[in-house]
Amino acid sequence: MKLKYFSAPYLVWMVVFIVVPLLMIVYFAFTTDDGNFTIKYISDVGQYANIFVRSIWLSLIATAVCLVVAYPVAFILSRMDKHKQGTMLMIVMLPMWMNFLLRTYAWMTILGNNGIINHLFNLIGLDSVKLINTSGAVVLGMVYNYLPFMILPLYSVMEKIDKSLFEASADLGCNSASTLFRVIIPLSMPGITSGITMVFVPAISTFIISRMLGGGSNLLIGDLIEMQFLGNAYNPHLGAAISLVLMVIILVIMTVMNQFDPDEQVLM
Amino acid sequence: MKKLGKIYLILVLLFLYVPIFVLIVFSFNETKSRSVFSGFTLDWYKRLFHNRIIISSLVNTIIIAVVASIVSTVLGTLAAIGIHHMRKVPKAVVMNITNMPIINPEIVTGVSLMLLFVFFAARMNLEFGFVTLIIAHITFDVPYVILNVMPKFNQMNPHIFEAAQDLGCSPVSAFRKVVLPEIMPGVISGFLMSFTYSLDDFVVSYFTSGSTSQTLPITIYSMTRRKVSPEINALSTLIFIAVVIILIVKNIIETKSAKKNSSYREGV
Repeated sequence: MKLKYFSAPYLVWMVVFIVVPLLMIVYFAFTTDDGNFTIKYISDVGQYANIFVRSIWLSLIATAVCLVVAYPVAFILSRMDKHKQGTMLMIVMLPMWMNFLLRTYAWMTILGNNGIINHLFNLIGLDSVKLINTSGAVVLGMVYNYLPFMILPLYSVMEKIDKSLFEASADLGCNSASTLFRVIIPLSMPGITSGITMVFVPAISTFIISRMLGGGSNLLIGDLIEMQFLGNAYNPHLGAAISLVLMVIILVIMTVMNQFDPDEQVLM
Repeated sequence: MKKLGKIYLILVLLFLYVPIFVLIVFSFNETKSRSVFSGFTLDWYKRLFHNRIIISSLVNTIIIAVVASIVSTVLGTLAAIGIHHMRKVPKAVVMNITNMPIINPEIVTGVSLMLLFVFFAARMNLEFGFVTLIIAHITFDVPYVILNVMPKFNQMNPHIFEAAQDLGCSPVSAFRKVVLPEIMPGVISGFLMSFTYSLDDFVVSYFTSGSTSQTLPITIYSMTRRKVSPEINALSTLIFIAVVIILIVKNIIETKSAKKNSSYREGV
């Protein structure tokens, strides 16, 4: 008996439930209800260019904020005593284990019009501010939900950087800024690229965060897709076309990111 | 500099934890207000335990996670054995397809499976519910099992399987006594990963559940749509406590086994 046949059940599963469904997205995107070929739906996606631009823009901001906030966290963690690192990492990752709906709901409570922040503002005599249902709230929700996705890959590359490299670069005349830019950042590049993909992909395709924190006025690509399949606008052909465009955007961005990753280039 | 780092870390931890603690505090609040704490009560917890929808969706979630993670572990482990013995090109093709559900945005996986199930529902006697949910969960779980088990095969000495047979083992007992113990850590972490992903999944379940069987995340989502429902706060508190307990137990087990390993190595 050949061992490679052990994978047969999975191969069947893979074709039926991974390959066929993805092909169905392509098929639905390019056909009408009667099964005729059309590019109508793909070109209709153009009408939603503003939503695409908003999604890309907000998720880029969220990714950038995550990177800037997470980088020092990962560095500090990686330089702690070895036995403290595990516990600290667990404390940083713990909120991730709560369902993201609950975490997002928490921000609805805090930012709401009668929420805690506005209540505190009123107490000190300030007027209420509109915090929820803004694009800022959506970005905040993304950062809050995906920050640990950025910390983890950054930490795992930085943990491997030898401390003596910093001393060596100082001995060779680098100040701390140039050590950062010429030693630490280049060495942590694989963590930066995988952190960016791990934050950007879920951020650009979310539909919950925008719905819970953005109100009706901050629709993202995910909301648009959801509306075509489960909402009032039922139109699986258009939904499939939007999904296809979203996949292409993500593919392009991941290819670009791989260009910056020295490890990936060796593989390719 | 060290002090500055500590302050920064504390600020980030506050950002991560304050929203969760707000939920916890307000789960004991007498009124429905989300900004003023007016008095202590356990009413929301009582209501939670009497809420049939929440209890039944919790049961659904656990059943689905158990079934899906067990099936995925078996399917994925067999698949890993087979894939490991494939030739280079088929191996690369299968691994690339296996990575698809991990790389693709969840919403695309969700709608692609929904399209497939709609197709089957129209032609066969398939109804959205338990069956579609379990199929969908297995589909996004198996890749994690494969990715956890595959490295164990790569680390294993390829000849020990043959050696066991030379020493009188049948192929089955050679697998059970020699190969299985080697890959077991990967199998277990694959199982745990798929179990937690299943418990936590919202997006894929949302598109594949239909209206009859709901999982806990879907119920939570419909509760958040009603804006004010303090039972969510009570539920979050309980989930948070459960997560803390699980992580502490996990940490203790890991430190114990690490100590055991190091003393074993010293002994050798």
